[in-house]
Amino acid sequence: MKHLLGLRDLSKEEILKILNLAKDMKLILKSETKKTPHLQGYSVVTLFYENSTRTRTSFELAAKFMSANTTSISVATSSVQKGESLLDTVRTLEALKTDVLIVRHSVSGAAHFIAKNCSFSVINAGDGMNEHPTQALLDMFTIRERLGKLEKLKIAIIGDILHSRVARSNIWGLKKFENEVTVYGPRTLLPPFIDKFVNVASSLEEAVCNKDVVIDLRIQLERQKRGLISSKYEYYEFFGLNEDISKFISKDTLIMHPGPVNRGVEISSEIMNLPNCTIEEQVTNGIAVRMAVLYLCTRKEVN
Amino acid sequence: MILIKNANIINGSTKDTQKADILIVDDKIEKIAPDIEIENPGLKIIDATGKYVFPSFTDIHCHLREPGFEYKEDIKSGSLSAAAGGFTTICCMPNTNPPIDNRAIVAYVKYRAKEVSPIEVLPVGAITKGLNGEELSEIGFMKQEGIVAISDDGKCVMNANLMRNALLYAKDFSIPVISHCEDTNLSEGGQINLGLVSTVLGLRGIPREAESVIVARDILLAKETKAHLHITHVSTKESIELIRMAKEWGVNVTCDTCPHYISLTEEEVMGFNTNAKVNPPLRTEEDVEALIEAIKDGVIDCIATDHAPHHKDEKNVEFNLAPSGTVGFETAFAVLYTFLVKKKGLDVSKLVELLNINPRRILNLKPNMIEENQKANLVIVDPNREWEVKEEDIVSKSKNSIFLGKKLFSFVETVIYEGKILKKDGEMEC
Ligand SMILES: [Zn+2]
Repeated sequence: MKHLLGLRDLSKEEILKILNLAKDMKLILKSETKKTPHLQGYSVVTLFYENSTRTRTSFELAAKFMSANTTSISVATSSVQKGESLLDTVRTLEALKTDVLIVRHSVSGAAHFIAKNCSFSVINAGDGMNEHPTQALLDMFTIRERLGKLEKLKIAIIGDILHSRVARSNIWGLKKFENEVTVYGPRTLLPPFIDKFVNVASSLEEAVCNKDVVIDLRIQLERQKRGLISSKYEYYEFFGLNEDISKFISKDTLIMHPGPVNRGVEISSEIMNLPNCTIEEQVTNGIAVRMAVLYLCTRKEVN
Repeated sequence: MILIKNANIINGSTKDTQKADILIVDDKIEKIAPDIEIENPGLKIIDATGKYVFPSFTDIHCHLREPGFEYKEDIKSGSLSAAAGGFTTICCMPNTNPPIDNRAIVAYVKYRAKEVSPIEVLPVGAITKGLNGEELSEIGFMKQEGIVAISDDGKCVMNANLMRNALLYAKDFSIPVISHCEDTNLSEGGQINLGLVSTVLGLRGIPREAESVIVARDILLAKETKAHLHITHVSTKESIELIRMAKEWGVNVTCDTCPHYISLTEEEVMGFNTNAKVNPPLRTEEDVEALIEAIKDGVIDCIATDHAPHHKDEKNVEFNLAPSGTVGFETAFAVLYTFLVKKKGLDVSKLVELLNINPRRILNLKPNMIEENQKANLVIVDPNREWEVKEEDIVSKSKNSIFLGKKLFSFVETVIYEGKILKKDGEMEC
């Protein structure tokens, strides 16, 4: 595996390979020293055009636990206007002998663009509204760990599907394992033709009822300014995982969220404290999954 | 003196195909007859056996980028690209820098074209000063200087009252208003058609209504003002339905679409291909079918290339940052032939209407005709040649063709304008 750009182009076998390896990586995480030599001598760079403390820290720790040399570059998106193109940045990274680039960018396809124009490995840490593959992989890892399987499950994704790269990666990934995926959210935040890929529930009750997993998405409050939602209070009332809806959610249903959470907007604190809510575990599993991805991206394939 | 032997002459759907030789003396067609034999040491003989001879083409909508963006294209390179595609009259849009919004810039473009262009370049003036959509530009002065239409192409005149005034005002000068229909509140931030592909790739979509809402508005304004509205680069089924209805109402409306909208769909964007980023965006199979149907029944009057050159570096960026547009002169005929004639069985003579008779009628120009005593403006096309669109073969300065790597049928081999050979057997001679 040279790059990890998204789950849409990944086969079921490749996904399983990553998840299986992540299981081993999690054992390393649990050990006392948390250090392996897998990436010794490799140069891993994180390049984030958007802020994300969680994802970046997770990747950096993953690389460090595997003994890589890591550097992080923060780029204000405004530098694009100053004339430094992404292509120039890629050439610089090339000259700096980068082996793996972990990139977060506000433009869909930015990771693909870099991969087309470089010789190093590219891991997509979120590109615009397109994909966030490691987030979906850690969700899948968590589901499999908790429920013991990853196939033929009933899974709901709730919230801003339109702008969510997490939703897209999860849909592409989960669909490869014959899962029944249902989405629900305000009409203004559902993309056209989404019903070609998943079920669209007609109410929040219907969406969460009888599900093995409910993935709740973060809502960006600036959607209000673009006229897509009216207010966070109304959102919580009609689309949030609130007290009213919690009685429709079985105690066996896994409740997941990619974080960071807007408490009282998309999910209530009470639900977050339930034992079937996996938000913190997801964070831990994220490191294991990213270790697996970093390992696979740095192995030269024999064939 | 040029003698074209065994020509298969097609002047358009109203005239029959004629098999004959064509003798060109100076800038005119002197004689059309079977088996012309002539002895002259300066005579050039072109064998057109098995090939079509059409009147050369007119493009109502292209971008030459001069003044201001000569690194993308200039009047000379754009004209050569047009000539390579068989176009000998082209109308260049005013979104240059400075824009063509006053008589001095019109004069400049006309002067430059006379100096460097082997073909006829007709500027289109801006509707509003600076293309700002606020004040009418000096349309009368520009008409005196040689504009053939007005347009704020690239932008939509969002103020309906101003658009209404533009239509009324242009009527006084007997020129059409070419409308780029795009409600910018609906299209804001959009990158490609809002649809299946935008959902899959997570690209912000442009709803089809961004176009059709303004088509409807402008039709109503044209109905009221009785001015000549020309809607350019129509891309959706709904726009076609509205224009069809307007024509039935008797509104003075004409329209064009571009080769890429009748041949490609939003699928071309998969893999984040920035060469497939155009405005309006590529739509769906259903739209393609509706456009082809509208060509067949005459709702679409003509084909425009919307030749929009962009430098390679400008297209080799993140998708959102890439400018919209594709070069189009050199592939236009072959695309139309491949997708309309070969695939859909359209009569080849219909292409003459789309590329010569109708665009010229819209611009109040006399059509080119292959007849005795007419100017020798013609192209020779090999219908059997299959070719692949390759970057290195493109004459235009910019290589951003949406058709790169595609196989097309038919090839514009020879182009003659006013008796001068601009291209012969596929090689540029100007
Ligand atoms: Zn336009």
